[in-house]
Amino acid sequence: MCGIAGLIHKDKSVNIGAELQSMLQALKHRGPDSTGYALYGDTDGQNFIMRFIVGENVGEGSNAVNEETSVYDERKKLVDKRLADMGVTIIKEERLTPYSLRYEIKYDKDLMAFSKKIESVPMVEILSIGKSLELIKDIGDAKQVCDRYNLSKIKGTHAIGHARMATESGVDIKSAHPFWGYPFSDVSVVHNGQLTNYWNNRRALENKGMRFMSECDSELIAVYLAEKMRKGATLAEGMKDSLTGLDGVFTYFVATKDSLGMAKDTMAAKPLVLYESDNLIAMGSEEIAIRAILPQEIDTYDPYEGEVKVWQV
Amino acid sequence: MASLKNLSKKSKSQSMGMHAEVLKGRTQQRFFDSEEAENFYYFGNYDVDFNKRTELDVKNMEASQANKKIDELMSQGYGTIVIKNPQGKHSLGVGILNKLNLIFEGSLGYFGVGSCDGLNVRITGRVGWSCAQNLMAGKVVVEKNAGSSFGAAIRGGDLICKGSVGARTGIDMKGGTIIVGGDAGAFTGFMMQRGRIIVLGDVGINLGDSMYDGTIFIGGKIGSFGSDAIEAELTSIDKEWLKRKLKVAEIGENFDVNKIKKIVAGKKLWNYDNLEPTEKKGAI
Repeated sequence: MCGIAGLIHKDKSVNIGAELQSMLQALKHRGPDSTGYALYGDTDGQNFIMRFIVGENVGEGSNAVNEETSVYDERKKLVDKRLADMGVTIIKEERLTPYSLRYEIKYDKDLMAFSKKIESVPMVEILSIGKSLELIKDIGDAKQVCDRYNLSKIKGTHAIGHARMATESGVDIKSAHPFWGYPFSDVSVVHNGQLTNYWNNRRALENKGMRFMSECDSELIAVYLAEKMRKGATLAEGMKDSLTGLDGVFTYFVATKDSLGMAKDTMAAKPLVLYESDNLIAMGSEEIAIRAILPQEIDTYDPYEGEVKVWQV
Repeated sequence: MASLKNLSKKSKSQSMGMHAEVLKGRTQQRFFDSEEAENFYYFGNYDVDFNKRTELDVKNMEASQANKKIDELMSQGYGTIVIKNPQGKHSLGVGILNKLNLIFEGSLGYFGVGSCDGLNVRITGRVGWSCAQNLMAGKVVVEKNAGSSFGAAIRGGDLICKGSVGARTGIDMKGGTIIVGGDAGAFTGFMMQRGRIIVLGDVGINLGDSMYDGTIFIGGKIGSFGSDAIEAELTSIDKEWLKRKLKVAEIGENFDVNKIKKIVAGKKLWNYDNLEPTEKKGAI
């Protein structure tokens, strides 16, 4: 069991971080192990935002191996060197925790080659690259992660998030959701469910050059969609294809810079409640997630089996 | 184990562990008072007055607190309780084995009014998964939509949703009636054993999959039939029953019942027959 939530403000920018935090905190009982946010913030769209980790959170409940901060420092230096080698200009640098960093960078070449170069530093993982996407995930509940990364002040138009109960892999950042749709900028995925043809799909996708950073089955969805899009499929086409290409039970959300979609498996085994109005769309594993930002009486519904919806922001 | 030869048939099966369950419920003597006027009695229930009405705002309450408060109000004789601001909370109004008018002004989350007996419930909003599961008797009306597993394993009563419902409606139901004004999702009537389901709109795939018994009436399109679910003839008795039921339920009163399709169990699965394995495959 995990909890997922998402929302779109169609005509204005709001404190999307604070709103998603309320929604995910309401779903804490579905997954207290880790929480992740994919926030599509207000930016000028000029530079890439790269969120990456140089190690794991080794705090309470983590499955990660304890490491010294000095080790993280060494890895950061190696990342900086590789950025310099590629001619990347760092516009702004923030170290939010000893292991997690946010860089604003100027770069205009191939993101896959870029990512491979950065992730060739051991234990370094790019959480996201995008011109709008801020992807943050860590151990702890929604409020703890929100406070740790000061997310309540981030403004934007749409967001997806995840409260994780670890079942298929460890309690650590690399297995936490959302997953970045490597190598596409601004693509993120959250998932509730289990995929039963994970290894078959993973082997096939790895042979095509796609990269997996964890052993979490949910990562497959991000990679699967990314591979479809790399071949020219639209987001909606990739999602529809996933209903038969992915085996198991799932409800997942995928977001891009200007769209947000949901897909539900053909058994309708995983819950989702939807609210749609002219200017706001909110969705979550349970209605209480939506009620966290809309306390008044509203009309909601459950999408049916095999349903795929994509909204433009 | 005692010598099986010398035991009665019932004791023998018990000794072999075949009847180890201890049945509890209103049909058991322990809870049944034959002196009761309505022939119905639960230990510890309350004599409430339907005309005695009160309101309960549960906005800042946990579900357990709200449920205890409902019990407390019933103990004071309140027979009509209006719940304000349920706001999608889970497990509200569960385990009530008492006559009571319970009105929710808003929406419920998961397991709303589950394991109840004898209530008359109206919910002005929607309900989440597994609403009214294990309902024994009474009437539950949902004005808007419902999530999946609506009326899971109900034994009796009328469960009405005026909007649309999710997947697995009436899963494992053992009696009672579920009436849906809108559409229903996949696996409607999955493994149902008794009772009736009416859906006036469309239903998803695998309708009545592996149903043992019971009847499903569908007014709209059927995504697909599940294993061993077959269409049967809609009789004049069925039509009269449907008209009456839809009228009482205040839903689809003008619906043309002649359009309704009747689905029953083909009874060709393993638990009904002595078919050879290859024949069973054919049935599935």
